[in-house]
Amino acid sequence: MSDDPQQTPRAKDGRAPDVFHEGGWIPMREYRETDEVDFVLVGTGAGGGTLACRLAEAGFSVVALDAGPYWRPLEDFASDEVEQNKLYWTDERICDGENPLQLGSNNSGKSVGGSTVHFAMVSLRFRPEWFKARSLLGYGADWPLDWREMWHYYREVEQALKIAGPVTYPWGPKRPRYPYRPHEVNAAGLVLAKGAEALGIDWVPTPLATLSAPRGNSPPCVYRGFCTIGCSTNAKQSALITWIPRAIRAGAEIRDLAMVGRVETDRDGGRVTGVRYQREGRWRFQRARNVVVAGYAIETPRLLLNSATDRWPDGLANSSGLVGKNLMVQANQAVWGTMDEEIRWYKGPPSLALTEHWNYEDDGKDFFGGYAIMSQGPLPALWASTQAIDRDLWGEALIQEMQKYNHQVGLKIVGEMLPQERNRVTLADETDQYGLPIARVTYSWCDNDHRLIDHALRSMTQAMQAVGARELWEQRNDTCHLNGTARMGDDPRSSVVDADCRSWDIPNLWICDGSVFPTVGGVNPSLTIQAIACRTGDRIKALAARGEL
Amino acid sequence: MPEGRLDRYPGYDVLRKRDTPSWNDVTRRVIDARLAISDRPRFLSETDWATLQAICERVVPQPPDRPAIPVAALVDDKLCRDDGDGYRNAKLPRLREAWQRGLRAIDAEARVAHGTGFVALDGDAQDALLRAAKQGDLRHPAWEGMPSDVFFDARLLRDIVHAYYSHPTAWSEIGFGGPASPRGYVRMDFDRRDRWEAVEAKGGDEAEVRRRNQRVG
Repeated sequence: MSDDPQQTPRAKDGRAPDVFHEGGWIPMREYRETDEVDFVLVGTGAGGGTLACRLAEAGFSVVALDAGPYWRPLEDFASDEVEQNKLYWTDERICDGENPLQLGSNNSGKSVGGSTVHFAMVSLRFRPEWFKARSLLGYGADWPLDWREMWHYYREVEQALKIAGPVTYPWGPKRPRYPYRPHEVNAAGLVLAKGAEALGIDWVPTPLATLSAPRGNSPPCVYRGFCTIGCSTNAKQSALITWIPRAIRAGAEIRDLAMVGRVETDRDGGRVTGVRYQREGRWRFQRARNVVVAGYAIETPRLLLNSATDRWPDGLANSSGLVGKNLMVQANQAVWGTMDEEIRWYKGPPSLALTEHWNYEDDGKDFFGGYAIMSQGPLPALWASTQAIDRDLWGEALIQEMQKYNHQVGLKIVGEMLPQERNRVTLADETDQYGLPIARVTYSWCDNDHRLIDHALRSMTQAMQAVGARELWEQRNDTCHLNGTARMGDDPRSSVVDADCRSWDIPNLWICDGSVFPTVGGVNPSLTIQAIACRTGDRIKALAARGEL
Repeated sequence: MPEGRLDRYPGYDVLRKRDTPSWNDVTRRVIDARLAISDRPRFLSETDWATLQAICERVVPQPPDRPAIPVAALVDDKLCRDDGDGYRNAKLPRLREAWQRGLRAIDAEARVAHGTGFVALDGDAQDALLRAAKQGDLRHPAWEGMPSDVFFDARLLRDIVHAYYSHPTAWSEIGFGGPASPRGYVRMDFDRRDRWEAVEAKGGDEAEVRRRNQRVG
């Protein structure tokens, strides 16, 4: 039988891959499709993987489906940009608008563990005020969550992933020290540090979800630098090697290569009954008392829209008309340059140092929102194509410029973009290999986005000049991460789910991933997605205890 | 031109690390397969292939004193596998269709402007035509509405440059450490290298650097 995890499911017949041993297996409970399980989850990334664990540990029966393969990193992950394209969601999507997005490797995962298999591991908390952005800061929308409660869950996730970070954090309310010591900062990160010091602002070694000391079956990070194409040593604390093995130990079943095409409802459309999904070439149906959609901000609205019925002609959970709207990426602009010293930025995680100064400092801004600046370390093929496209460099000029690879440095932001209803996910006329309509993703920057970007490029240019970087150039056209499209709120007319990630329209339909963000802030979203999933798990447990599920 | 190219890492060959702890089994399998790709088309027609080869020579010119990276074959291999990006600009057709249409349109533009195919043009004329594509100035019916600038950035440059820099020869050329699992790296500070990283020539020290690079592994 084929052991190609992209062709043949691995998690079946009562066992799942042991991610810590080549060729290894762990026992896994299996449910029948006719069993009405308590929860079926669609997606196993930062949202679905985390929630599957929390629900299983709370004693619920759980089946979690993922469209992607179930990897064993030690035997499956190469140090190679082309090969590792297999980690990304590469099914077709159409991008338009004034600023069409780049998806794929940039921000979309298709694996058990989702995008956490290839994320850059940057694990940051939101600034407290962002949870009340409308009331306190005057833009976007308020979250129905309190920052103090979220900080409790941030702490829980940081402990669960043994985040390596600094002893003290210079921005925001006091927080406890990170569970593991910070990583050594590479030369690319030291450039950021020197730049920040020259500007008189704080910086820290980035809090990262890769180990700085051994933990269980995971070794400490060896600084191989291929983090964004998958960690082949298991130092990275992805959902694949943290939440999911825990979920299976607690009795959850994971089904890999299982593409969900439709959430089914009962006759009057008042409740969902399970999901229709394709696995091993056949359409199947899994019954469930509750369905959690956790496919991230494109696949989640796509599935809800593709599940339209006579009762819900505009798609499920969409009486507000907001499913698919308010898609938010984050600004990801950079300033690059060349140093006399050898930098060799391919060593170590790509962002070992950062400053959140402009997330917390509001003086002197002519825009809403904030941004974090991080050091960078792009691999050669990505870096060369970035320079070719954004600097119009090709021919001998490109070859010569690439000779400077080991001397090049850069600073890049993760910046807040504002929610806009015109930025959205809709269904296109084309269909995919499963016969399902594909997503059309429409994106245009607003004036505020442009002002934030201009401000960030100025600050980064100052920092780069201060450290003596030469031949500076600005990369304007890049974005990262995906959020919004099913926002949470207090009012069914202006949100899709409530604070518990429960849809307003159908009480046993839940959404738990980055889709629920009303605003995105200026930090990478994964820690917040996992914190929301932990909170949702606790809330479901409490609701069940009161008979309110 | 390529003959005068500066060689910052004389004698460095990333493939010398193949059997060290910097390469795991799956990396060896993947790179061996890439190195075995022969320099002929499996997906494109002979005419389109010839145009693609000529474009690759302009986008990533190669020196005559080493075996060439089969860039066109690597792009053709991507087309053969239909290995898409996971998204496409709404103005472009799918991967294979975009490449076939783009190559034929560039060739058709050459015939209109010069009375001969792209392959037969001299380098300067080829560059001028590619620059016109980059500017979005090309409108031959063979484009069938696909904007030449979007094709140039999103497909032509991206795929060709990506292919070149996915080859070990290019990694050696820029002094990249290459595959690094499970060994990784130890020395991370400015101007520090592990003994399994390339030594950079600073000028006048090429012979010594070449000797040192031949021991990197």
